[in-house]
Amino acid sequence: MTDANGGLIKGKTGDWEMVIGLEVHAQVTSQSKLFSGAATAFGAAPNSQVSLVDAAMPGMLPVINGHSVEQAVKTGLALNAEINLTSVFERKNYFYPDLPQGYQISQYLQPIVGEGTIELDLPDGATKRVGIERLHMEQDAGKSLHDQHPTMTYVDLNRAGVTLMEIVSKPDMGSAEEAAAFVAKLRAIMRYLGTCDGNMEEGSLRCDVNLSMRRPGAALGTRTETKNVNSIRFVKQAIEYEARRQVQVLEDGGEIVQETRLFDADKGVTRAMRSKEEAHDYRYFPDPDLLPLELDPDWVAALRRALPELPDAKKARFVSDFGLSAYDASILAAERETAEFYESVVEGRDPKLAANWVIGEYFGALNRSGAEPSEAPVDAAKLGGLLDLIADGTISGRIAKEVFEAMWESGQDATAIVAEKGLKQISDSGAIEAIVARIIADNPKQTEDFKSGNDKVIGWFVGQVMKASQGKANPGLVNKILRDKLS
Amino acid sequence: MAGGADLTIAEARDALAKGEVSARELAGAQIAAVEAARPLNAFITETPDQALEMAEASDARRRAGEAGLLEGIPLAIKDLFCTEGVPTTAGSHILDGFTPPYESTVTANLWRNGAVMLGKTNLDEFAMGSSNTTSYHGAVESPWRRPGDNRPLVPGGSSGGSAAAVAARAAPGATGTDTGGSIRQPAAFCGIVGMKPTYGRCSRWGVVAFASSLDQPGPLTRTVRDAAIMLGAMAGHDPKDSTSVDTPVPDYEAALSGDIRGLKIGIPKEYRLDGTPPEIEALWQQGIDWLRHAGAEIRDISLPHTSYALPAYYIIAPAEASSNLARYDGVRYGLRVPGADLTEMYENTRGEGFGAEVKRRVLIGTYVLSAGYYDAYYNKARRVRSLILRDFTEAFETVDAILTPTAPSEAFAVGEKMDDPIAMYLNDVFTVPASLAGLPAISVPAGLGASGLPLGLHLIGRAFDEETLFRTAGVLEAAAGFDAVPQFVADGR
Amino acid sequence: MAVDRATVARIAKLARIRLPEQDLDPLAGELSNILTWIEQLSELDTEGVAPMTSVVAVALPKRADEVTDGGYPAKVVGNAPESAHDFFAVPKVVE
Repeated sequence: MTDANGGLIKGKTGDWEMVIGLEVHAQVTSQSKLFSGAATAFGAAPNSQVSLVDAAMPGMLPVINGHSVEQAVKTGLALNAEINLTSVFERKNYFYPDLPQGYQISQYLQPIVGEGTIELDLPDGATKRVGIERLHMEQDAGKSLHDQHPTMTYVDLNRAGVTLMEIVSKPDMGSAEEAAAFVAKLRAIMRYLGTCDGNMEEGSLRCDVNLSMRRPGAALGTRTETKNVNSIRFVKQAIEYEARRQVQVLEDGGEIVQETRLFDADKGVTRAMRSKEEAHDYRYFPDPDLLPLELDPDWVAALRRALPELPDAKKARFVSDFGLSAYDASILAAERETAEFYESVVEGRDPKLAANWVIGEYFGALNRSGAEPSEAPVDAAKLGGLLDLIADGTISGRIAKEVFEAMWESGQDATAIVAEKGLKQISDSGAIEAIVARIIADNPKQTEDFKSGNDKVIGWFVGQVMKASQGKANPGLVNKILRDKLS
Repeated sequence: MAGGADLTIAEARDALAKGEVSARELAGAQIAAVEAARPLNAFITETPDQALEMAEASDARRRAGEAGLLEGIPLAIKDLFCTEGVPTTAGSHILDGFTPPYESTVTANLWRNGAVMLGKTNLDEFAMGSSNTTSYHGAVESPWRRPGDNRPLVPGGSSGGSAAAVAARAAPGATGTDTGGSIRQPAAFCGIVGMKPTYGRCSRWGVVAFASSLDQPGPLTRTVRDAAIMLGAMAGHDPKDSTSVDTPVPDYEAALSGDIRGLKIGIPKEYRLDGTPPEIEALWQQGIDWLRHAGAEIRDISLPHTSYALPAYYIIAPAEASSNLARYDGVRYGLRVPGADLTEMYENTRGEGFGAEVKRRVLIGTYVLSAGYYDAYYNKARRVRSLILRDFTEAFETVDAILTPTAPSEAFAVGEKMDDPIAMYLNDVFTVPASLAGLPAISVPAGLGASGLPLGLHLIGRAFDEETLFRTAGVLEAAAGFDAVPQFVADGR
Repeated sequence: MAVDRATVARIAKLARIRLPEQDLDPLAGELSNILTWIEQLSELDTEGVAPMTSVVAVALPKRADEVTDGGYPAKVVGNAPESAHDFFAVPKVVE
């Protein structure tokens, strides 16, 4: 069903290549809007986070939020991009009920951020560098609700005026996987920076997918734009559907119409917008209510110095300093909070043991409970404590899992639980020898079995010893002693 | 003429301070004058109840020992300023029923300084015009008539209602806005003082926007002193307006020393136009003589790109207006004309809601910004604007103020100049360059024309040097001794 | 520059202004005159002259990131020709 050939589609008449570019609209994390002092929180009552400026009342004027500018510059720096010390806000003029001014304040000829790059982490562990064309700041629009009334559309302007960063990639992606990896990495970077929360269900991150098909090595084909795709999964689905649709049209001798399409998430298809969209003439011109935005190079340099360690650097450091696999390092570095959690746990401890536990038990429990790391009942210190008990032989790895579950439920630390439940590992050879001797004595048939060459029976013996010791016997010792006694 | 309604702002301020009259009495007299002036159609909304309330509050403040810069002074407000709880129309059908839940910064400054609101004055629709004949609420008649001629005359525009109200003594002062001449030209036509401050001096917040890079609120008054007093109260930095300049407001009245010895006055040769009536040329020369006699040094200067100012303005202003007026769509306030779908609703609302001149300018503006034309028109006009500013910057290296006529003619009759929009646009030929350069400029009534109607002289100053303008204007005013009174006032109609 | 009635109709559409049929030709005439008059700017050599962005020579003032506004939905929809439950209401849009 999917493009197993890494983006190549096998059509009736031969191979087709995808050429994909993404425009990502990311809502900037801030208290107030880009040009007004109204709040930006998600889910408020209709028109309750709307100032007179957002409602475009007569005589209203924009005043820029300095923090929004900082967020955009930080994001640009993290994308290794050119920061344009002078940028200009322009009006993009068109009519729509959720655009109260009849224009969107955006940036056109002189955006705040120019060309940059981003490294994609692909599923097989490979990386691919993709170009960023630009990043600019603009106002978000309000929301139109078409399903609240049979003949009316309801308009809520709470979202109107929220700061958006529009991040435009170069058309460097060639598969749904790569597109998904782009969004995931961009999202991770912005979450690391705290410039966008990347919460796609709340609409913090929306993607427009530009896609055209061509024969390998041929010139670019006509592209379509599928707007407002609001999950990574839908980005992949939209690409897969649209690529196949275009191939079908082209192979049937048709032409691709350059148009704007929407993704229907229920049906998994893209469709052309129903309204006859006349070619938009946005009549961009510099907004006369705003002066050009000038950035102080020292201020930009200070922001650059203050950037946190970003996902790529963190992943590289986990591999080089801790010897983790690229795969494990990727997983741990995907979110800043969990990366920092791992860094706390790993201090003075075995990195691989720590990695296994964070990725395995800890992430598992986190996902099941739906909690945020900051809310989890087991913090880095507690998990570290548990790992220490494994490292010094107090408990076995297996018992540790039991202890972890109990820690999660009770919030207590490992030492307390081991003591309470008497889970200390039995590492006293004498005690184990006694159990082993008894098991051997009670089970002559299996003993015969083993001695006559069936090595696998040792597993059964180990199981019996563990059962007899309530799982507390040191498995390493049990194995050694069993082999001793059975030979 | 209603009794008591003949005081200037300065005289009223004195009388109030001395207790010779109360704010309430003053308001009462002006309210009667406003009523008497109804035949001029200068007001769209009269606010007598509010005026009396504000006047009483003012008297109470004065008794408590507080008095703002305009304490108890009744003023008329151009209906382009949003006034909280009072209908605001911008002279347009499309704002029918709109009552702002907010107060513009400039009017808030006036009320904070103790002024009293008489009402909202008529204007050309969305401030687009030089005659006040495009208002949805009917044309304004000037209080002036040609002697022996009964035809109604235009007061000029767009602040025609404000100019007419002040000239008719319905209000001692009024606010206006000036984008290409909309305070200065009607002031000249009506024989009063009109001042456009430096762009950024007064806040545009709460003023219905026409052309954002040009619009500037300012005072219309009968005397230069009054204009200085009013501007002092109107001006000031506003953090809600990103184009508002944070520079202190000086005491403009204190600048009226009457002493301009050594001041250099520039006379730009490019303002000498063929077709300008000889009495206007003569008045200009008269103005030069008055200033020279007062000790100023007169210098010929050149502002070479002057003739391109009007066409540049008529690209930039409509372009900005076409975008500023996009919000009038029937969705959130004002008129909504139903349609079969959303697009039809927009088209019907704007088709019916906008008058002919507004439509013309929105169409021109949309056209010059549209794909393929941006560089040829809008960008070109912005380059020309840079050249015009450069002309002034260079001139102001050698002079301190520039003297020109305000308007190329006396007031014309209502209905004249209606065939050709360009003929109407040419009214602003002397005022537009200062607007494009963002420089302060003032019109002072200086004499009468061939038809016995007022003529104004126009002074342009350096950015944020309104003080030199007021000082020089005061000298001109004193020299001219303009004391003609409009027929409407003289006849006591 | 002459604009024809088709151009006037297209621009009116862009500007969302309904123009009655009978107005198209007269308007085309008026607009053509105005545009021709405006075109005298092309006589001027503006090579190397920067387009003016603003007459105000100050930096763009920035606001602190604080919630200082909003929270008055009744005021926001109070002037609306049609509203419901604090929403603005318009004829339904089909996408």
